[in-house]
Amino acid sequence: MASSKDEQQQFAQKIKPLQPKPPLVKNCVKAFLTGGLICIIGQALMEFYMTFFNFTDKTAGNPTVATLILIASLLTGLGVYDKIGQFAGAGSVVPVTGFANAVTSAALEHRSEGLVLGVATNLFKLAGAVIVFGAVAAYILGMLRYAFATFM
Amino acid sequence: MEYFWAFVVGGAICVIGQLLMDVFKLTPAHVTTSFVVAGAVLDAFGIYDKLIEFAGAGASVPITSFGHSLLHGAMQSADEHGFIGIAMGIFELTSAGISSAILFGFLTAIIFKPKG
Amino acid sequence: MKLLGRQTWQFADVFLNTAGTAVGPLESEGPLGDFYDKAYNNLHCNEKNWELAERRLMEDAVSSCLAKAKLTEKDINFFLAGDLLNQIVSSNYTARGNEIPFLGIFGACSTSMESLALGAALVDGGYADRIIAAVSSHNATAERQFRYPTEYGGQKPDTATFTVTGAGAALVSRERSNVKLTGATIGKVKDLGIKDPFDMGSAMAPAAADTIAAHLNETGTNADDYDLIVTGDLSGVGSPILKMLLQEQEIDISSNHRDCGLMVYRPDQPVFAGGSGCACSAVVTYGYLVKELEKGNLNKILVVATGALLNPTMVQQKESIPTVAHAVVMEHAKEV
Repeated sequence: MASSKDEQQQFAQKIKPLQPKPPLVKNCVKAFLTGGLICIIGQALMEFYMTFFNFTDKTAGNPTVATLILIASLLTGLGVYDKIGQFAGAGSVVPVTGFANAVTSAALEHRSEGLVLGVATNLFKLAGAVIVFGAVAAYILGMLRYAFATFM
Repeated sequence: MEYFWAFVVGGAICVIGQLLMDVFKLTPAHVTTSFVVAGAVLDAFGIYDKLIEFAGAGASVPITSFGHSLLHGAMQSADEHGFIGIAMGIFELTSAGISSAILFGFLTAIIFKPKG
Repeated sequence: MKLLGRQTWQFADVFLNTAGTAVGPLESEGPLGDFYDKAYNNLHCNEKNWELAERRLMEDAVSSCLAKAKLTEKDINFFLAGDLLNQIVSSNYTARGNEIPFLGIFGACSTSMESLALGAALVDGGYADRIIAAVSSHNATAERQFRYPTEYGGQKPDTATFTVTGAGAALVSRERSNVKLTGATIGKVKDLGIKDPFDMGSAMAPAAADTIAAHLNETGTNADDYDLIVTGDLSGVGSPILKMLLQEQEIDISSNHRDCGLMVYRPDQPVFAGGSGCACSAVVTYGYLVKELEKGNLNKILVVATGALLNPTMVQQKESIPTVAHAVVMEHAKEV
């Protein structure tokens, strides 16, 4: 039989002092430094593509993102990105490298089930949510903005 | 200076993510999906473009910029093709990110073995 | 008297004859590294994938258990085994290989003592001459099944536990040995509303407390009648909660309580709050504690294996985590 709400609340209160709290400041500093560092690498890549290839401010983002994704995929394959993630928390989840890690780690993990049902089917197991929510949000906002511009 | 602001803004966005995870107990998947939606909303009000102008990669590398690019592509195409253009343009600007993630993810899975 | 009270068994004549263990790399570097029968220096255990690695560990544990007893599979009546994977596949496929009549059981991480208690009951009741009880767990198979892909860069909190890579097997019969199994208490499922799958220690402590209190009550023993009261995988978070919960019932185990999750790794190993998994209690009990009982360094111990009976779907449906704990009493016996 499940315990009552009261019992559960009492238990939660009772064990609170015995549970370790997440080191909030430390975690935030680590996330800040790692996330910032990844963005610096991104900035350097952008300038590299603008200087040595014919990319502009507006278009240099594309090869930059692709390069960061390549690096993150490799680090995932080498078994390094999960260690970075344990250290950095959101610092390595929020940048686009975290998206690449979500894709690659799922694909890699399901390699043992074959290329079609393992790798391909599971590729977006974790990262798919980002695309779904992004596309739905962009669609709805796009329609609103379009309607606004047309009828106002 | 560009590097400094890229570092600070990019880092700050990650700190918001960390707070969502530690204080509000969101999973990484919930954080990234919220950020994508937030990026699209900020773009709807024209704010995200200013942030990119200011912080460069500090605003274009975090996943929020994915939401911004989705809406941006949709609106660009809507200008040209009207209402139907929204659906046509959604993935226009994010194609590089998505296709390279698919390609590199697939190749990595073939070449490497999980280390545990 | 075979049944004491409502949930405790008393065994008359059952012995743990031999035990076998196999572990992965991190466990073999732990403080009990020298006690295990077989250790792999790679997480894949020389196999192609994680699932095969876990199966290999269980097969190794069973075969070293048999080898020590100088017996073959044909001498065993029943094979009682379980693990953490869907449909307990590691056990199923090990049983396919050894062709011992098979009872597959699932009690999450409490399966180690569940299988031992059931096996001892079968032997004591005359329904078997010899049984083997075995469990396994593997860090990567468990991560993949219950959490994220192994290479995913999500951050784990300090309350998380680290699934032990390993397997343990025990041979139980009426033939005398230095380790006598004298009783067992089967636990009730407890759920005090913990929903965080990264905090199993807090979720499982009430189950352990309930089983220990019931055991002491029904056997009429005191906590200090035991040299050690060993819990399975409460880790650094659950252990103080267990002590507090028992203190409320005026049971003091602060001097003789140990937790396998804290014994299996060194504090400086990267395992968060400590070890967990079926193999956690199994490799510590079968690898280390049984040897201490054989030598007489320990006289009487109570091993309480704790299990969190969740699966990822239930967690995502916002259900809280039901937990259970099963206890087995082991005593040093002089050979005749």
